[in-house]
Amino acid sequence: MLLIACPWCGQRDESEFTCGGEAHIQRPPDPDALSDPEWADYLFMRANPKGRHRERWCHTHGCGRWFNVERHTVTHDVLSVYRMGEAPPDDRDGDPS
Amino acid sequence: MTTQPYRLAEGGIVDRERPLTFSFNGRRLTGFAGDTLASALLANGVHLVGRSFKYHRPRGILTAGTEEPNALVQLETGNRSTPNLKATRVELYDGLVATSVNCWPGVSFDASALIDTAHRMVPAGFYYKTFMWPRGGWHVYEKLIRRMAGMGRAPEGPDPDRYDRVNAHCEVLVVGAGPAGLAAARAAGRSGVRVILADEQPRPGGMLLNVADTKGEPGADWVGDTLSELRSMPNVRVLTRTTVTGYFDHNFLVAVERVTDHLGPDAPAHLPRQRLWRIRAARVVLATGALERPLTFANNDRPGVMLAAAARAYVNAFAALPGRRAVVCTNDDSAYDAALDLHRNGVEIAAIADLRTDPARPAAQAAAAGLNILYGHAVVDTGGRRRVRSAHVAGIGSDGFLKGPVRALQCDLVLMSGGWSPAVHLFSQSGGRLRYDDALGAFLPDRARQRVQCAGAVNGAADTASCILQGQDAGSGDLPAAASAAVAEAGSHWPIPARNRSGEFRRFVDFQNDVTTADIALAVAEGYQSVEHLKRYTTLGMGTEQGKTGNVPGIAVLAGSLGAPLPAVGTTTFRPPYDPVTFGAIAGRDVGPLADPVRETPMHAWHVKAGAVFEDVGQWKRPFYYPLAGETKRDAVVRECLAVRNAVGLMDATTLGKIVVSGRGAVAFLNRVYTNAWDDLEVGRCRYGLMLGEDGMVLDDGVTARLATNQFLMTTTTGNASRVLAWLEEWLQTEWPDLDVYLTSVTEQFATVALAGPKARAVLSGLTSDIDVTTGAFPFMSWRSGHVAGFPARVFRISYSGELAYEISVPAAHGLNLWAALSRQGEDHGITPFGTEAMHVLRAEKGYLMVGQETDGTVTPIDLGMQWILKKRKDYIGRRSLARSAMLDPMRKRLVGLRTEDPDLVLPEGAQILPTAPYGPPETMVGHVTSSYWSGVLRRSVALALVKGGRDRETTTVHVPLDGRTARAEICDPRFYDPDGARLRG
Ligand SMILES: [Zn+2]
Repeated sequence: MLLIACPWCGQRDESEFTCGGEAHIQRPPDPDALSDPEWADYLFMRANPKGRHRERWCHTHGCGRWFNVERHTVTHDVLSVYRMGEAPPDDRDGDPS
Repeated sequence: MTTQPYRLAEGGIVDRERPLTFSFNGRRLTGFAGDTLASALLANGVHLVGRSFKYHRPRGILTAGTEEPNALVQLETGNRSTPNLKATRVELYDGLVATSVNCWPGVSFDASALIDTAHRMVPAGFYYKTFMWPRGGWHVYEKLIRRMAGMGRAPEGPDPDRYDRVNAHCEVLVVGAGPAGLAAARAAGRSGVRVILADEQPRPGGMLLNVADTKGEPGADWVGDTLSELRSMPNVRVLTRTTVTGYFDHNFLVAVERVTDHLGPDAPAHLPRQRLWRIRAARVVLATGALERPLTFANNDRPGVMLAAAARAYVNAFAALPGRRAVVCTNDDSAYDAALDLHRNGVEIAAIADLRTDPARPAAQAAAAGLNILYGHAVVDTGGRRRVRSAHVAGIGSDGFLKGPVRALQCDLVLMSGGWSPAVHLFSQSGGRLRYDDALGAFLPDRARQRVQCAGAVNGAADTASCILQGQDAGSGDLPAAASAAVAEAGSHWPIPARNRSGEFRRFVDFQNDVTTADIALAVAEGYQSVEHLKRYTTLGMGTEQGKTGNVPGIAVLAGSLGAPLPAVGTTTFRPPYDPVTFGAIAGRDVGPLADPVRETPMHAWHVKAGAVFEDVGQWKRPFYYPLAGETKRDAVVRECLAVRNAVGLMDATTLGKIVVSGRGAVAFLNRVYTNAWDDLEVGRCRYGLMLGEDGMVLDDGVTARLATNQFLMTTTTGNASRVLAWLEEWLQTEWPDLDVYLTSVTEQFATVALAGPKARAVLSGLTSDIDVTTGAFPFMSWRSGHVAGFPARVFRISYSGELAYEISVPAAHGLNLWAALSRQGEDHGITPFGTEAMHVLRAEKGYLMVGQETDGTVTPIDLGMQWILKKRKDYIGRRSLARSAMLDPMRKRLVGLRTEDPDLVLPEGAQILPTAPYGPPETMVGHVTSSYWSGVLRRSVALALVKGGRDRETTTVHVPLDGRTARAEICDPRFYDPDGARLRG
C-alpha cells in the first residue's frame, strides 16, 4: 500500500487514490491530421518502463484533484509529486533502485 | 488425578488445576489450560492426527508451531466451523470439538489409503498429465479429487462472529517477541517513540518458552522483567496472538489478532473474534526467528517422527512427552539440547545419529550424560504403520552411500533436525534480497529495500545473548551487531540415502502436499529446472504452510538432481500471507447490509408501503415493479405498461445522475464530450446527448437542459452517474484546465418523478398554476420552472416511454409529498406507479437503446443506427476513432429488432443468433439478443439484438438455438410501437 503525498491534502494511503496511467500524453490538437496508426498510438500505446515512470493519479476519495506522480516501478518509491500543468522535475541520471 | 498418560507431573506452563475436556475425532479427552490442541493430544498419547493430502498416509504432529503441515483440524461444527487450522496453534478450551481433515471415513481406517499402495499412479505433475484428457472431463475428475483430497469443509451458514479492522501508525513495529524482539521493543520503547510489538504466540518469549531454564542465561525471568517494563510504557503496545501476515510497500504491514479464538464459543459478546491490524510503520524490526527443518530419510512421515525442537517445546513448555524411547537424527547441534531435555525428563534416548563425522562442537554434555552418539550415521528408514515402531540406523560413507550394516532400533519417537531456516518470509515480502550462507546452510536476509532491520535467529544468531544484542541494536535504530557466537553448523544432507535402492520407499520433502524426493527427481528428468517451475509442477510448498519446513530441503534436492550448487538454484519468492487469513478478518464489518452503502430515494418509504419489489441499480434501491395481490411479475409489468400507454403512470426517476455544468466554457465543453452540437440550444430547451469514449464506443447517454446561458443540467444513467462525473472531471483537469467549467453533482439534491401517459398533462395541469402545460407553450424537449403541488419545481418535457411525459424535479425534501400529491391528483385518471421493468419494456417497444444493455463497451453510435447524432465537422471525444475503416465495416454487429415467429415466445437475453438452422458445432454466430420482453400493448414479444449486417438483413429469418429447440425470428425495424413518435409530441 503506497503512501502518496497529494499536493493538496498531504500523505494518504494508496486506497484513497486512482491511478490514471502514464502522464504527459497530450490529446492531439487535430485528430483528423493523424493516420490510423498514429491515432492508435495515442489511444492505446503506453510506456511500461522498468524504473522511473510518470503517472497521473487522482485523489478520488479525497479532494478529487488530478496530479502527477513520478514512481519507480520496481521499488515503488514515490520520487516526486507535482501538480497538473507543472513541468516534471528534471530528469536525473541513474537508477535509484 | 490425571488421565493423561504422557503428562509430566510438574513443570511447563500448563495449569494442572484447570483441566479441560475436549473431543477429537469423537474421542473425549482431557487436557489443561495452557495446552494447545497438539500438546493435549500428545499428553494423551495421540499421535495419529490426520491423513496426507495426496496419498492419505497416516500423519502425526511434526512441529509445535505455525509451520505445522500435518496436524490440520476442522474446529467446531455448524456456522462457526473453521477448516484447516493447525492443532499446534489451536489453544485448548473447555468443550473444544475438533476433527481431522483429509480423512474419510475416519482417521484410523481410510479407504483412500489404497492410493498409497498404488502410489505409482500419482507421480509429480499427476494432475496436469492425467486430467487433461478427455477435454471437458475435468468437471467430473475435480469432484472426485476434492472428495479424496479433503480440503476441509466450509461452514454450513453465515459466520455469526464479528470481526474488526484497525488502522495503526507507529515509529517502530517489532515483529516477534522472542529474545531479539523483546530487546528491540524495549530499546525502541525507552526512546519514547510509538512502538508496536506483535507476536503470534499467546505469550511473549519465543524460543525462551521452550527451553529449560539454565543458570546465568536469560530465560523466563528475563522475559517477565522485559515484558513488565514494556507494559509500563504508555508508548508501547504489545499484541499477542497476532500474526503479521503481509509486508507491503512503504512499510505497510497487515496483522491478524486472534482476539477470542482461544475462548471458543464462550467468548464475551462485546469482543470481536479477530482484528485485522493495518499498520504503517516508520521503521520495522523483524525478529521472526527460525524454523527447524526435517531430514529426508525414507518414511520420514510416520506419526511419531517429529522435529527435535518441537519435542523439546512439548516437554519443556507443555510438560507433555511425545514418546518414551527416542532415536535422534541430526546434522546440527541444536538437536543435542533437545535430546538432553528429553533425557532429563525420562525419555530414553536409544541413539543420536549425527550425519556429520566430525562436528565442530562435539556434544560433550550429551556424551557426559551417557547418550549413545553415532557420528557419520543417519536414520535411513522407519518402521510401523500408524505410529513409528522402529528406526533403521546406518553409517553414511563419504560417497553418500550406506556404509556398514543397517540396525533396527525399537522406539516410539524419532527426532530429526536438518538445521534451521531463518524465517525470512516477511523480509522477502518487503522486497529484501536473500543470500545463501554456506556455513549455516540457509537463506539469510541480505539487502533491504524498505526501512527494515532483522535481528536474532532470522539473522542467523544462534544463541540468546546474540539475539538480545542484535535486538537492542535494531530497536535503537543501529545496525545489528554481527552474531557474536558461532552460528549453528548444518551440513547439507539431502536426501539421506535409502537402505534399499530398489525397494519401495518415500522420503517426504513437503509433508502437506506429499512431495517426495522422487517427485523432484522426476520433475528434473522431465526438464523442470527453475525452482519456480518445480514448485508449480510438483506443488512443493504450495499448501497452507507454504513450504515453511520443506523449502530448503526441496531446493537442496533440486540442486542435487541438477548437479548445481544450492545458491545457484535460488529460492522461490515468498508472498503474503505468511499464515492463512480468514475471510472474516479481511471483510471486517463490511458484511451484510454494511458490505456496500445502500441508497434510497426520498420516496422509498412509499414504495415499500406499496409492496414494491426492488432492484439494485448500482447502490440504489429502485422499485422493479409493484405487484398487486395474486399478481405475477409478468402480470404486474403488463398492467403497469398498459397504464402508461392508455392512461398515466408515475415512476421514481430520482436516481438518474444529475450534474450541473456551469461556466463560460460550458457550451464548448458539452460540444467536446457529446457527439452533437450545443451552441444553438436555447435556454428553456433540452437535448438528448450521447457520450463516447475516445475509442468511439458508447459510454453513456442522457438529456441535458440549458438552465441559463452558462449553466446546464446534465442527466446520466443511474449506474454511470459517478463514473461520468469522474470522466468529465478528468478531461477538465488534465486536458482542458483552461476551460472555465465547473461540475457539481446534484443527484441527491433533487427528487424526480416521471409522469408518463396520455393523461399526464391532465394530472400535471391540476397541480400547477404558474406553468402553462399546453403543447404550444410547453413543447416536447423543453423545460419550465414554477410550482407543482405547491413545491418549487423544474418540469422537463422529455420521454423515455414514447408517451407524452414530464419529469418533475423538486428539492429532495419534498419528493415524498410531491409523489403523494401526484398519486392523489391522478386517481381519477387511473394513475399507476410503474417500476424499472415496465420502463425497460416501454423503451424497448420504442427501440430506444439502454446503455449497458444494448451497449457493452464495443458498440458505436453507427452500430446503433444513430449517425444522426454525430457532428459532421467539429471534433468531439471519440470522433476520430469512428473514422477508422474497421468502424465502417457493414458487417459489424448492428442494432435490429427481432420478431419471433411464435409471438408468445420471449427469447432469453444473451441468446446467440445463427444465420441458418444449427448444423452442429462450431456454428456460425452472427449476433446476440440484447433486450427481450413481453409487450402487453402489442400482445407479442419484442426483442432487440445486435446482428452482423444490421438492418441490411431486414425481413430475413434468423435462428436462435434454445434449450433443446431452435426458434425462428425475423429481423425488423427496432421501433415496434408508434415508429413515427406521434404520441410523445402530442
Ligand atoms: Zn487530495
